[in-house]
Amino acid sequence: MIEAHNLTKRYGEKIAVDDLSFTVQPGIVTGFLGPNGAGKSTTMRMILGLDAPTSGSVTVNGRAYAEHPAPLHEVGALLEARAIHTGRSAANHLLAMAATTGIGRRRVEEVIDLVGLREVAAKRAGGFSLGMGQRLGIASALLGDPETLILDEPVNGLDPEGVLWIRTLLKQLADEGRTVFLSSHLMSEMALTAEHLIVVGRGRLIRDVSVDDFITSASSDSVLVRSPDEGHLRDLLLADGIEVSSSEPGHLQVTGMTSDEIGYRAAAAGLTLLELSPVQASLEEAFMALTHDAVEYRAPTPSPAARGEATPVLEGIAA
Amino acid sequence: MSTVTALNSRTRPRSARPTLERVTSGRVLNSEWIKFRTLRSTWITLAAAVVAMTAIGTAVGYFTGTGNWATLEAQDTLASAPLQGYFLTQLLVGVLGVLFVTGEYGTGMIRSTFAAVPRRLPILGAKTAVFGAVALMAMTVASFAAFFGAQLFLGPDGHGSSLSDPGALRSVAGVGIYLTLVGVLGGALGWVVRNTAGAISALVGLLLILPVILGLLPGSLGTTITKYLPSNAGGSLMTSVQLPDTLAPWTGLGVVVLWVAAALVAAVVVVRRRDA
Repeated sequence: MIEAHNLTKRYGEKIAVDDLSFTVQPGIVTGFLGPNGAGKSTTMRMILGLDAPTSGSVTVNGRAYAEHPAPLHEVGALLEARAIHTGRSAANHLLAMAATTGIGRRRVEEVIDLVGLREVAAKRAGGFSLGMGQRLGIASALLGDPETLILDEPVNGLDPEGVLWIRTLLKQLADEGRTVFLSSHLMSEMALTAEHLIVVGRGRLIRDVSVDDFITSASSDSVLVRSPDEGHLRDLLLADGIEVSSSEPGHLQVTGMTSDEIGYRAAAAGLTLLELSPVQASLEEAFMALTHDAVEYRAPTPSPAARGEATPVLEGIAA
Repeated sequence: MSTVTALNSRTRPRSARPTLERVTSGRVLNSEWIKFRTLRSTWITLAAAVVAMTAIGTAVGYFTGTGNWATLEAQDTLASAPLQGYFLTQLLVGVLGVLFVTGEYGTGMIRSTFAAVPRRLPILGAKTAVFGAVALMAMTVASFAAFFGAQLFLGPDGHGSSLSDPGALRSVAGVGIYLTLVGVLGGALGWVVRNTAGAISALVGLLLILPVILGLLPGSLGTTITKYLPSNAGGSLMTSVQLPDTLAPWTGLGVVVLWVAAALVAAVVVVRRRDA
């Protein structure tokens, strides 16, 4: 169990994590979701005592991480970038980590097999691909057979097989009663792996919700209709009090009526339909809508007003 | 999946284990020893330091032994003359000390290290101890090898020295101690600066450049100040006869130790406070 209370981290003027409180329960996979720069990594570093909070506190199994006598047995962590010396072999890296808490060579061999790094265990970690590096990081996290796992973007750089492997592994770990906390900026990945979500944006908590509830609340179903009689159909549906919008000629976006109902309605009025397809808002879209205001870095989309202002400036320079 | 079942191979209950497998100083020391010896660069740098020290000592013996003894300057005929290779060797052992620390910052390894030992200071202590022990052994061997290597060419002409000569043993053993302290100083600067290039620059600046700059100060001020710099204070320890404007040998050692201690205190403060 991880409990954060009013966790805040400030770097000078910039607030990376802003008064964040949440609880990560054991026995399930909890996703930590947010756009890049939302403060996920900073929060995870604070959980591990690598960064000190500006204010607030966070405990793992009731104690600050640093106060556990055998930290590797309490929490296994996979940190964002590779946290491995590039000049050391995978096996020696694990042996050195294991030695701090008296874990023997047998367990090191075990985790090497567990993550499938046997063949390259004697090779320098600097030559590893991103995926192999992630596997080594996970081996390192599992060394102490910890009660709690914290993984920062674990599927980054993994091939589809590796992604599936991680997903299965994490679920298995959670089923064994462990606390599994993983971050991602990909909603689709979370929908497949996590049961609970903590959504953050700009360091603030946006939602603390189960994945099922999130999906239900997020998806607004609509129906895409293509018809040569677009205008008539729109008037017909609008008259019924149905929401209709159009993004391009011949296309209608209908909300609040099933595709079947629309089909019958059109047939009754003798209107031709060329296409009639239900559209489910993707989770990714729902997530983006939720965190839209909280995205830190976004490509600028100049408004007409901004463009209008820009022109005189340029003209002024030319004159 | 067959791989996943292995997770349960350890016997539970887990709650009983943390007390058995707690982090101890001995375990951290062992971990740092594994880290030290599993990097190829460690052994290359250490070997280079030993070879440099020994080879330069032997070469000094050869050239002074075959030279015209009557025309040599007094300093070149001292028992400690073959130890001059410390000048180059200090850079190699200093870099080794720096790298043992900054190599972790540069690669991100430090986060794994501090996650395993979140109290941090045991890491600083263990790194210093492991490095200090290995460096003291290697540099002492190298210093004696330099001394005896030189005697191969000096002895037959009757210009040789023995360890029983005044100041000889002290200066030979002093080189091993000084070089170790320089390496530890490098490590301490590594903790403070957390960057390889920066820490090496700081070390070179302190050992080689600062004495030159401060030596330019007018009158006796320059010599008064520079003799307290680590390289000159160490020089007092490593010269068999006390030269003018230098500290007494053991005072010199004390001054070097103070420099190293100050750097270590700064390292402790930084390691405790800063985010990793």
